[in-house]
Amino acid sequence: MAWFRKRKNKHGAGEGLDENLWVVCPDCKTHVHRDEWFAAPKVCPKCVFHDRLTARERLDITLDPGTFREFNPEISTSDPLLFTDGKESYFTKAEAAKGRTGLNEAVVTGSGKLDDQTVTVAVMDFRFLGGSLGSGTGEKILLAADYALRHRRPFIVFSASGGARMHEGIVSLMQMAKTCAGIARLHKEGIPYISVLTDPTTGGVSASFAMAGDIHIAEPRALIGFAGRRVIEQTIRQKLPPGFQTAEYLLEHGFIDLIAHRRDMRNCLSRILRYWKR
Amino acid sequence: MDPQKDFDQELKDIEAKIAELKLLAKDDSVRFGTEIAQLEKEKADLETSLYANLSPWQIVQIARHPQRPLLRDYIEGIFSEFIELHGDRRFGDDAGLIGGLATIEDRRAVLIGHQKGRTVEDNVKMNFGMANPEGYRKALRLMKLAEKFRLPVISFIDTPGAYPGLDAEARGQAEAIAANLAAMASLEVPIIVIVTGEGGSGGALGIGMGDSVLMLAYAVYSVISPEGCASILWRDGAKAPEAAAALKITAASLLEMGVVDDIVPEPLGGAHRDPQQTLANVKDALIKRLKKHARFSPKKLVETRYEKYADIGRWKNWW
Ligand SMILES: [Zn+2]
Repeated sequence: MAWFRKRKNKHGAGEGLDENLWVVCPDCKTHVHRDEWFAAPKVCPKCVFHDRLTARERLDITLDPGTFREFNPEISTSDPLLFTDGKESYFTKAEAAKGRTGLNEAVVTGSGKLDDQTVTVAVMDFRFLGGSLGSGTGEKILLAADYALRHRRPFIVFSASGGARMHEGIVSLMQMAKTCAGIARLHKEGIPYISVLTDPTTGGVSASFAMAGDIHIAEPRALIGFAGRRVIEQTIRQKLPPGFQTAEYLLEHGFIDLIAHRRDMRNCLSRILRYWKR
Repeated sequence: MDPQKDFDQELKDIEAKIAELKLLAKDDSVRFGTEIAQLEKEKADLETSLYANLSPWQIVQIARHPQRPLLRDYIEGIFSEFIELHGDRRFGDDAGLIGGLATIEDRRAVLIGHQKGRTVEDNVKMNFGMANPEGYRKALRLMKLAEKFRLPVISFIDTPGAYPGLDAEARGQAEAIAANLAAMASLEVPIIVIVTGEGGSGGALGIGMGDSVLMLAYAVYSVISPEGCASILWRDGAKAPEAAAALKITAASLLEMGVVDDIVPEPLGGAHRDPQQTLANVKDALIKRLKKHARFSPKKLVETRYEKYADIGRWKNWW
């Protein structure tokens, strides 16, 4: 099921700024000095809350400086249904998202070096329509997987998504199949595929490429799951336990290989890549 | 009036009356003959007006009709043999997603599919056809079995969606579906999929990748239920008819978008109005597709399947 939810905007860069000098942790409300907050980056030193990163921020802390070469930045949203909900058309919504984020789609893909090892990467950006899986998103991920296959480079995907993009209807649902078709070829050809699940990875993205990796790494406390909390509560008519659908919960239940703090993520990825190369 | 129940009530009333008169006509055909003819004409007119221009929401009602054939009906009516195989060999057996070894005419195939119930009791057991992770994992092991013995897979889809429960999450609903998608993308035997009722989102797709994806004429297939979409975007679940139209979930729309390969015709007004005819149509369509894909080598099959899915939502504005 693919939920695209309007959440209370408690996360995100620039939120919770206090007189430009202090950032208030969205979770524990501790005041953190701005320099410390963005150096972390965006991790609360007190409660280890990992705030969401933009795709660019993620690339900056993951790849060696100046090595990233982007693929297909021109690939953008399509509107196969000419969808409108009566008040707002998907076209308008998508244009607004493009203006706001400077992105054409919910994922940035490309090639770069991670600790001097060439990798193919796809990084989702939750700010773009909730990181939802549209046809442009699926196309970019497939093309990146295809590049990784042809050049025999490891493929790393950072997911951050509420799931399918219902404005693109069945075409969006089929991107789950499409991306998995790309991943399946990597599996068959022995190309390493690492899935990094960041907050949030749910719905159609968790039920496709994000959960089909050789290795699943999550950031601490990231929300990861299939169905939305509210839908589950309405279905089973009971309250959900604390910590439900967190990275730690998934680790305990056997669906995540390891949890890496943001400051250790690059090193963690590098070690795995080197292990494979030996 | 409850549209879900009474959508074609008027027609049912006329049909009942015709049947009644026909019984009486055995004794006195002169007296009832004209009356029957009159009613038959009324019925035909009503059918035309009722079914000629169905809205997507009305089609949803037909797809969910309580008398619509369910997987067990297809198994009994189409397959000469079915040996049901239970369990995922990991956790348990899901009554909402069943499978086994089947024979259709002289052809063998591994069958998997969602099973809804017709009674409240059955639906408690079968979760209204909403599968749990063990259902998807049972389907996966049966598909692997098919691959080992070089048998094609036939998958019947009829589900509101994968079960959104606490236990389903704990046992990895997302991972179960993801694993199936990756496996179906590279399975080296033909996969024939048919959406017979509701194609509910990831729960449908979890057994829904195939070389041929067929859809019954009044089946629906959607990324989200019209009710769910309406409550999120319209902020009002009652706007489901509008959402059903906007989401383009009918067989005709999906064929146009290249998501399904063919539409299997249904009797006017829906499968429940003539189940035998529906079963015959489904049987013909399946056999045709089994023959078609049997010709290809495993390598060619997987390549063609990859291209088919890579093509859905292709970015075309390269220049
Ligand atoms: Zn904090």
